[in-house]
Amino acid sequence: MLNKIWPVFIILSFIYALLKSKMPELNDSIFNSCSQTVEMLLTFLGIMCMWNGIMQIIKETTLIDKIKKLLKPFMKFLFPELNKKSKAYEEMSMNIVANLLGLGNAATPLGLKAMQSLQEENENKETLSNTMIMFLVLNTASIQIIPTTIIAIRSSLGAENPAKIIVPVWISTILAASAGILTVKILSKRKEKK
Amino acid sequence: MTIVSYLSEIIIPFVIVFVIGYGIVEKKNVYDIFIKGAKNGVKIVIKLFPTLLAIFLAINMLRNSGVIDFIINFVKPILNILNIPVEIMPLALLRPISGTASMAVATDIIKASGVDSKIGLIAATIMGATETTFYTIALYTSSIKVKKIRFALVASLIADVVGMATAIIIFNYM
Repeated sequence: MLNKIWPVFIILSFIYALLKSKMPELNDSIFNSCSQTVEMLLTFLGIMCMWNGIMQIIKETTLIDKIKKLLKPFMKFLFPELNKKSKAYEEMSMNIVANLLGLGNAATPLGLKAMQSLQEENENKETLSNTMIMFLVLNTASIQIIPTTIIAIRSSLGAENPAKIIVPVWISTILAASAGILTVKILSKRKEKK
Repeated sequence: MTIVSYLSEIIIPFVIVFVIGYGIVEKKNVYDIFIKGAKNGVKIVIKLFPTLLAIFLAINMLRNSGVIDFIINFVKPILNILNIPVEIMPLALLRPISGTASMAVATDIIKASGVDSKIGLIAATIMGATETTFYTIALYTSSIKVKKIRFALVASLIADVVGMATAIIIFNYM
């Protein structure tokens, strides 16, 4: 998919910038992208290693069994094709807990490891399995108990009650996640029949 | 509010202390285990670099050339019919693509319309309820080199649209 979209984005940008004489801005964007990526990955490297270390402790204690037990009913419903003994099962459970707690930067490393473990068990290495897609959709839906970042922004801008949006955020996320989950459930069934 | 902001400050240190404490109770060498896990992080990040660069390049070029502004102007009339505030549109378009850009746009909108105004509240709710879908999918699939993502993008975008629509409906009609 990216083999088609990616060049279109770039060529389209060039043509549009040419027509609207926005070449200086386009030029800037190219060099900014390079430095921006390096900056982001450096920050990411630190966070990633830190949470990977903490995660390793969770995995080597009985804490992981408690987390797995807690999430068992949800995991069964969401990932019917996933083997309970799989390495990915633990990593996925931890990723979901991190998401719920609003630890976005902890959820990502866990999620990436889980995807790698899922890929090891994937029958067709070139395509995503149903389990992988459901897992991706859960991660793009960002279900969290306290939306900390946006509360901090509202508070910095002088809101009367910065936490006022918590309930609307809950309703919106839950409906969004349900729509995503439902779509995956329907589409993965349809593919199986073929 | 003070409780909420205190909670958001304490949660990360608490999780770290809790996990390490748990390890000590079970008599594990927590330091050695931490180092072992941290080493794994390096490998994952290095694999990500080329993909992220490619994505950032395309997105930044689209934004700086003005293509995204063009699309926004194009869909404006449709929004008016559907009773969707035009101010929200740049955010709705950028939200799935770029986390930093959408955060900047959201802050702009909230400042311009007022932090407790209808539009300000909608923008904040959208930021809290949705994720950077394209980025997340690119990140998660790039580390495993999958070619076909099947319906992953469609399902995630449906979720985003439902989340945004809900935010708009809540503050428009309640």
